Amino acid sequence: MRRATIYRLLVVAAAIGLLEVLCLTGVIDKITMQAPHLIVRDLFRMLVSGRLNGAIMKTLTNTLLALGLALSVGIVVGAILHRYRALRDTLDPLFATYYAVPIFAFYPFFLVVFGLGDLPQILIAFMLGVVAVIVNTLNGLDRVPTVLLKTARIMRLSSMDTALRMTLPAAAPYILTGIKLAVAYAFIGVIGSEFIMSRGGIGYEISFAYTSFDNATMYPLIVLILLASITINAGLSRWEERLLARRGLR
Amino acid sequence: MAAEQVSLRNVGKIFSSGQPPAPLHALGPIDLDLKRGEFFAVVGPSGCGKSTLLEIIAGLTPATEGTVEFEGKPIAGESPDGIGVVFQEDASLPWLNVSDNVAFGLRRSDLSDRDKTDRVHNALQLVGLSDFATSYPAQLSGGMRQRVCIARTLVMQPSLILLDEPFGALDQQTRLLMGDELLRMWRETGATIFLITHALDEATMLADRIAVMSARPGRLIDIVETGWPRERDSRIIEHAEFGVITARLWKSLREESLKTIGRARAAPSSKP
Repeated sequence: MRRATIYRLLVVAAAIGLLEVLCLTGVIDKITMQAPHLIVRDLFRMLVSGRLNGAIMKTLTNTLLALGLALSVGIVVGAILHRYRALRDTLDPLFATYYAVPIFAFYPFFLVVFGLGDLPQILIAFMLGVVAVIVNTLNGLDRVPTVLLKTARIMRLSSMDTALRMTLPAAAPYILTGIKLAVAYAFIGVIGSEFIMSRGGIGYEISFAYTSFDNATMYPLIVLILLASITINAGLSRWEERLLARRGLR
Repeated sequence: MAAEQVSLRNVGKIFSSGQPPAPLHALGPIDLDLKRGEFFAVVGPSGCGKSTLLEIIAGLTPATEGTVEFEGKPIAGESPDGIGVVFQEDASLPWLNVSDNVAFGLRRSDLSDRDKTDRVHNALQLVGLSDFATSYPAQLSGGMRQRVCIARTLVMQPSLILLDEPFGALDQQTRLLMGDELLRMWRETGATIFLITHALDEATMLADRIAVMSARPGRLIDIVETGWPRERDSRIIEHAEFGVITARLWKSLREESLKTIGRARAAPSSKP
């Protein structure tokens, strides 16, 4: 293990240890927060009892749907815009200012139009992620060396083969950056909207537990989200590192 | 079979689209025949259209004037089978290992897997990379990566190999050694080689015939026959004729190079 990794783990362990001590000594009272070891115990009990499995599944499914939508639409739109310069020049300024728009402001509107189902949450998560994917796909395609495209023409590869065997792999490290952002945005979008108004999901359950002083549900759910998000991101980062190392970029 | 493998008649290239100064007369008119199996080199001042000439022969860009024939058939629109190109820039695929990079050249071929493996093996041996079959390009030096690209071209067994300053990014010693290897591959494959270079000594050392191009619009102003034996290597630079030929190339080229530089210098001020 690298030294930096060890230090990092030590910092996290120290923070949890400090929290444990503060909770056990009563500096943080029970109504505010449970001690970390109790949170882990409650999380374990909650998962075993299966009480909230429905909510967890709902959130994960919606997140995955939003992510899949953001990735497929984002990469395809990115590829199309890369080909049509005029269209891209038209839309570029919109992409640059896109993240200045508070996407959640559209949520009430979506609720009115689509009702209180899953769709409004998926849409919000999709809207948060899709532009990051488009922008990073464009960036990746811009960086494909011309000499590779010339090579594809010398080999007379079909345009499909060129896209799948040359352009996409060459742009992959940059597209991956967009994917990582989209994962984070998908979680934020779905859980955030569940908080605001919905009929279920992890966000809804956290908010419900919060209003009913149910710490034994609220904290374990927060930890669960953290674990899910960190696991996915760590997996992607490892993949990215392998990809970059192979290319001598890291 | 005709002795000429490639013939260019009255070939020219004018870029008419884009910003002023358009139209830009980049190349021509050029008449040129490449004999089957010869090693032909082109030298010329920078910006004279050497690479454009290569791209026209490769079928990557159409000539706006004249006709280009490869094996008696006109080159139109796409790159014909039997032509391989090695570019100056590194064109190895960083996501594939060396052996997969070379095998990529056979993507469109309908050989059996076994024949493909054999060909890849042979090509790697020919460029001396057999020990690096499972390495990734990022782990190799610039010269080795260029050899990967050469192997990927050789594996297709082209009858004409176009090289666009393939050793331009390498240091002098590596270039001399790569020149040796290139000569060896040329003899072993029997292919015709068309090499573009800005290094006069490289052209003299490698080629049977050397064409000198003028400043833009590029035309062929001299063709020098070296008269070297087919069995040769970089030690030919010790030969008395070597200096004579290189000097003749420079004599033809000097004025053209000055034009290019003079043009660049004259641009900011109007006074001579």
